This record gives sequence, C-alpha cells and structure tokens, in this order.
Amino acid sequence: MLELDFVRLVMFLRWLESAILDLGDEMHKFYARICSTGDLGLRLLWHIIHLFVSIWYFVVGLMNTLESFLISSGLFKRYRDLDISKVKYLAVVIDSEEALQTLNVLQLLRWLAAIGLRNVCLYDKEGVLKISQEALKLWLKSERMSNETTGGPLLDPKNISLEVISFSDGKHAVTKAANVLLKKHYLNGNTEKPNLTESDMAEALGKIGHGGAEPDLMLIYGPARCHLGFPAWRIRYTEMVHMGPLKSMKFGALMKAIHRYTMVHQNYGT
Amino acid sequence: MEKQSSNRATQLIEGLGSSLRRCICSVLSVGPVPKHIAFIMDGNRRYAKKQNLEAGAGHRFGFLALMNILKYCYELGVKYVTIYAFSIDNFKRRPEEVQSTMQLIQEKIEGLIEKESIINRYGVRVHFCGNLKLLSEPVKLAAEKAMNATACNSKAVLSICIAYTSTDEIVHAVEEACKEKRDEFRALDKSGAGYGLSGLGENATDRNSPLIDTADVEKHMYMAVAPDPDIIIRTSGETRLSNFLLWQSSSSLLYSPRVLWPDIGFWHLVRAVLDFQRNFAYMEKKRKES
Repeated sequence: MLELDFVRLVMFLRWLESAILDLGDEMHKFYARICSTGDLGLRLLWHIIHLFVSIWYFVVGLMNTLESFLISSGLFKRYRDLDISKVKYLAVVIDSEEALQTLNVLQLLRWLAAIGLRNVCLYDKEGVLKISQEALKLWLKSERMSNETTGGPLLDPKNISLEVISFSDGKHAVTKAANVLLKKHYLNGNTEKPNLTESDMAEALGKIGHGGAEPDLMLIYGPARCHLGFPAWRIRYTEMVHMGPLKSMKFGALMKAIHRYTMVHQNYGT
Repeated sequence: MEKQSSNRATQLIEGLGSSLRRCICSVLSVGPVPKHIAFIMDGNRRYAKKQNLEAGAGHRFGFLALMNILKYCYELGVKYVTIYAFSIDNFKRRPEEVQSTMQLIQEKIEGLIEKESIINRYGVRVHFCGNLKLLSEPVKLAAEKAMNATACNSKAVLSICIAYTSTDEIVHAVEEACKEKRDEFRALDKSGAGYGLSGLGENATDRNSPLIDTADVEKHMYMAVAPDPDIIIRTSGETRLSNFLLWQSSSSLLYSPRVLWPDIGFWHLVRAVLDFQRNFAYMEKKRKES
C-alpha cells in the first residue's frame, strides 16, 4: 500500500514539474513577444524621430540655398564690404571622396581667389589633393595668365599661395619631430635638457618641413563637421565651419562663413 | 504645510522628468550611442553678465549644469565623459578671478567624493588630466585624493581637464616618450648590447628606422585614459576648439549649440546624439581608415 502511494506521489510530482516547466516556457514566449513588439515599437519611434530630423535639415538646407542666392546677387550690403584682411590664412578640409571632384575644387579655389584670399591650405585625409595639386596649380596659373592677356576686367586673380597637406602631415609629423628631439637632446650622453617646451617642438617641426602657419578659419566640405585629422599643432584657435558637401557648394555660403568669422571675438583664454 | 506640498510638487515634476528622460533614452538606444562625449563648458561669465550676477557666480551655475549633464550622459549609457575645466591659457586671467575659480574647483572636487555625489551613484572613476604641477598645492592634493578615492570605480569614467592644453599635452607626451627611449638605450648599454648612446647620436643619419613611433607618443598622453571622443560639444556657439583634444579629435563630430553652458539641458544632448547617429556610418568609416 505504502509503495503504491509512494509511486503515485512521485508520478504526481513529475507531472507537476513538467506542468511548471511548460508554464515557464509559455511565459517566456509571451514575454519575448512583448519585448520584440516593444522593441519594434521603439525602433519605429527611432525611425520616426530621425525622419523628422531629416525633414528639419532639408528645410534648413532650402533656406540656406535661398540665402546663398540672395547673398551672391549682392542684396546684403554687409557681404559686399567684407574685410578679408582678417583672414590671414584659410584652411579648407575636404572629404577624400569628394576631393576627387577636381573641377569642383578648382571652382572653389577660383572663388577664394576672387574674394581676395591669398594664403590657402587644402587638406584631405587620404592625400587625394596632393595628387591633383600640380594640375590645380597649373590650371590656376593658366587662368591667371589668360586673364592678364585678354585684359579680363572683372577678376584680378592674383597669385594664390597654395599649401596641400594630408593626414601624414599631422600625427606622423609630430612623431618625426619627436625623433629629432630625441636625437638632439636625449641621446647625446652629456647634455640633458630637463624640460621640452612648445617652442622646442615648433622648432623641430619647422626643421622637418612641417612648420606651417596656423589657419584662422577652417572650412569643412564633407558630410559631417569634423576636421578629419588636420595637423593638431596648427589648429589651436582655428574657427571650424561646416559647409556641407562639396558638390552643393555655394558662393553665397562662402561669403557668409567668412563674414561670420570677421565678426568673431576671441579671448584666447583670458 | 505649503513648503511640504511644494516639495512634493517638485519631486513629482522631477519624477515625471526622469521618466520622460528614460523613455527618450530607450528610444535613442535603438541606434548607436556615443561611448565618449567631451564638453567645452563655455559661457559661464556671459551667463553671469546676462543675469546680472556677480562675477564668479556664473561658474557656480555652470557646475550645477555640469552635474545635470553628467547624470543625463550616464543615464544614456555614455561611458566616458571629458570636461574642459581650466585651460593653461586661463591662468592669464586676472589673479582674483583665477584664485576664486581655483577655490571653487577645489570645493567641488572635495564635494565629488562625498557619499551622495553623482560620482558614487554611477560608479564613476575620476581622472584629472593636465599639467597638475601648475596647480596650487591644496587643489593638487584634492585632485589626487579624488583620483585615489574613485580608483576602484569601473562603471564610467570622468576625465577633468585642468591646467590642460593640447599643445602642452603633446609636448609632455613627446618628452615622456623620449625619456622612455633613452632609458631603454641606457639599459641596453649596461647589458653590453654595444650601441653606445653617443654612437647612436652620431650615426643618427644612418638609422632610417624611427626610434619613437606614434603609439609611443599616444600612450603618454594625459588623455590616454579614454578612447578618442565621439562628440565634442562646445556651448555658446563658438566654433573653435581652443587647444582642447586637438590630437584626439580626428574622428570626432563637433557640435556648437548657441546656448550658454549654465543653460544647457537634456534636449541639447539629445540633439547631439541624434546628429551623431545620423553621421555614424561615415564617422566609423573615417575612424577605421586612420
């Protein structure tokens, strides 16, 4: 009798165990479905928010295009009397894929020359512009000469001094300067300089041909506002402005960016 | 009675605000969330002038804004936050202003390691990045104490850049890399490897392979405690970096809202993260290329 009861008890307990496990499975499936619906809901919300953001940027883009058109047509007085002397050195950062549009780069340089800028530094990460720099310089020179010979009335594109750099002129240049300083001050055995200063660094960079001037203003042509590795040593106080993709560059937007720069007041930390 | 009910009302509003923030954070988390955000806290003095406060008061409001922003960042899941607290250039300000700012900084550092502070609530490890030798003794001690007290925290990291400029950081890193290489060569000399330090200097032109490489320099940077920032936010609409993280920002999205630092809020952070998510694919590609 006792044995039969014991067997029945064990069977009952086993049935209970399987029922509980089944229930657990069902609850887990239900929870996963809620989560995935919840997840789906969150994903939908995320896409909706980004859709609104894209619409907002589209509208802002349209307004900027209209403003650029009005600026180019000379409607605003303040853009006509631009004090270009404030921009002593201009840097232009172009996304490497967009830098392949050499004709657009040339047009940009023509505009910069027309505005009156004399010292321009072109930068792209991969070094695409270094490959096309000879062609660019040749084109600009030939245009200048043809303008002089035909007596072109409008533009007087004086010689624009062009510096073209890439990513290797940034961190790698500092590393090369570090090696120069290592050999000069630390491996001589007798004299040991206690503390390196910023002027030591600047001197070392100049010695290896990477001592360019610090740009006042940097125009970034690309999808995002990012300086893409422009030599760190030279951009301490550089104003960085995002101009959008190169293919949709506008003369009015260029004028607006330069005008805004001329209105900026820097404390330099004080 | 009135005070109780107004307290309760504030608590209710704060509770609602925090629930709303949590909802927004869970939606934002569907997309990529930045691992590291850096802030240039510009506009405290302009805020004080705008609100007709006395000179140093703007920084106090700025500190409150900072605590809020840190809370929002850690709620969103941003692991590394860096702030530009005091630049080496700022030492050029009037001595009374520098003195009062330093006193405020010391006071706030000491407050950070108290039990109820946000640092302990979120398990934040604090680093002070910069040329700490330029700080006065009490501030330096407070900084070291805070670093030691939070050394065991591992959930998040707060890097406070104080007496910092990027150019000073680069020079310091180069100097440390040079000293390390020199010590390596001295050790080789001692073990009789036969180079001879002076010989190395003379044969410098023969050795074309570089002795120091970029990784050697980067590991001695003050900011080596964090990965490169994903977003750098500078308030007050200024578009320059003012000698902040110039080396580390090659793949950083720069965002310059016009708001003054004490007025910054959750929505500005949301806007920055949305921008980051829009440009994520492009920035990742650029990061992989470096």
